[in-house]
Amino acid sequence: MGEAEKGGGAGSFTRTRTIYAWIFLAPTLIVVAFVALYPLAQTIYLSFTNTRFGSAEPARFIGLQNYADLAVDGFFRDAVVVTVLFTVITVLVELVLGLIIALVVNSRFRGRSAIRAAMLIPWAIPTVISAQMWKWMYNDIYGVFNDILVNRLHLLPSNVAFTAEKATSFPAIVLVDVWKTTPFMALLLLAGLQLIPSDLYEAARVDGATRMQMFTRITLPLLRPSLLVALIFRTLDSLRVFDVFYVMFGSRPDMQTMATYAQQNLVAISDVGYGSAISVAIFLVIAVFIALYMVVFRREEM
Amino acid sequence: MSDADQDAGAAPPRRTPGGLLGRAAFTLLVGAILVFTVFPFLWAFLSSIKPNAELFATPVQYWPAHPTLENYRLVLASGDFQRALLNSAIVAVSVTALSIAIGSMAAYALGRFRFRGRSLVLYTVLAMTMFPQIAVLGALFQMVNLFKLYNELPALVLTYLIFTLPFTVWVMTGFLKSVPVEVEEAAYVDGATPFQVFYKIMLPLAVPGMATTGLLAFIAAWNEFLFALSFTQTPEKRTITYAIQSFSATTSGAFEIPWGQMMAASVVVTVPLIALALIFQRRILSGLTAGAVKG
Repeated sequence: MGEAEKGGGAGSFTRTRTIYAWIFLAPTLIVVAFVALYPLAQTIYLSFTNTRFGSAEPARFIGLQNYADLAVDGFFRDAVVVTVLFTVITVLVELVLGLIIALVVNSRFRGRSAIRAAMLIPWAIPTVISAQMWKWMYNDIYGVFNDILVNRLHLLPSNVAFTAEKATSFPAIVLVDVWKTTPFMALLLLAGLQLIPSDLYEAARVDGATRMQMFTRITLPLLRPSLLVALIFRTLDSLRVFDVFYVMFGSRPDMQTMATYAQQNLVAISDVGYGSAISVAIFLVIAVFIALYMVVFRREEM
Repeated sequence: MSDADQDAGAAPPRRTPGGLLGRAAFTLLVGAILVFTVFPFLWAFLSSIKPNAELFATPVQYWPAHPTLENYRLVLASGDFQRALLNSAIVAVSVTALSIAIGSMAAYALGRFRFRGRSLVLYTVLAMTMFPQIAVLGALFQMVNLFKLYNELPALVLTYLIFTLPFTVWVMTGFLKSVPVEVEEAAYVDGATPFQVFYKIMLPLAVPGMATTGLLAFIAAWNEFLFALSFTQTPEKRTITYAIQSFSATTSGAFEIPWGQMMAASVVVTVPLIALALIFQRRILSGLTAGAVKG
């Protein structure tokens, strides 16, 4: 760069480089500020007001009123329970199943690349569409699941409306998410497995280690970073679940997640103030999970 | 758990009498995985080519006796569906192009320059890849209305950047970092400006990285639902996810939902994605492991 050469000194070169760096960063920073940071601040502000969209009277600052309402809102409490339960169950199931699948795919066998390709299918399908596909399979009259369970295997006496009945709705949606996300989890863990040097296993074999010992002493400890990343990303992702619940259950009160309840308040009811308070609460719940992970893993690190 | 499950290394089950059993169990497991991952899509496809008489039959007819493309004809002839496909394509392509254009500049600064505040920006970007979109929905809704963008496609293009841009910057930064320093230094010695180095040297080298992130951004935008549902309303502005969801929302009861058409629509919308995913398998896998985000 011309100026740097004229200035000659290393200091001026660094300064010019710094200026250029910020010029290159500027568009991204503007977009991030515009679509994320400002809206986040605005959401926090709105949560202290009684803003209603399309309302003639001006919004007022109402302090913690929205949060006080939220604390006694049974629908919100139910939504938190559903979301947290959904997160804990799906993430655990997906982690275990994903690990098993990753181990299987990591060993050499014929058709291995075909199966790896097949695993990308659930990931690539839009969640909205996978939810519709499963809704059709769950159909109470013409669904394939009812046919298999009632007519072929005779496991059930009569057809079940899987997505309508209270007892089956939750397991039904867990299965949809497990189907959609386990292959992705497996692919992440597979990438981790492939980083483990194979001579470690050779050495263990020479020393007469059993398969189980190799798994617990080599695979698991070395896979830990990949497991952690997968665990954290999936947890954060699951806590904000929206699409699959919205498509499968719409506004059914006992099947709301934090995100569907917030969206309903913000857009359908246009209660922007209250909806924003829910949004902030979601943020706090997510923060609690992050803090939890940090405490647990830091303790293990020592 | 069978022996094969715990086979942590690269060795396949051995050919011993016991190994034979292990082998059978292993094959069974592989088969189960395959059925589990592929069956729902296969079922959607089979349903889409059945005439209504076979689709709505009890007991369920598994194999279509008289396969038909009628459902596809109906769906593709629908003006709303065509419009939704076009809308999704417009939005996804615009978002992808914008993310790459803006994001690769930022990645160049973050990957190749050393300056104060670099790690702060980098960690902000990383944190944003995990940002819950619902947390800013209300404020974005207000903003969209303020700029008179409600029920307009640019509202989606702008707001989708919230999840495509940070991811693009993050993955591209890693990519540009791996370019050897000598390439850049030689250009500077020849008197090139940072802009010239960026456009003439870095961008061409970054094409594989752009392909990866572009693909992932495209798929994420194509699949998005929350913002589409919240910021658009009328059928001619809907994206495919919203359009397919409203297939069932407008009608109620099993008889009124056109399941055959819905499955045909699902296949039409998904096939390009699956094709992309299979063709660019390796790219996508490396991008996913670098970014570790869900599509």
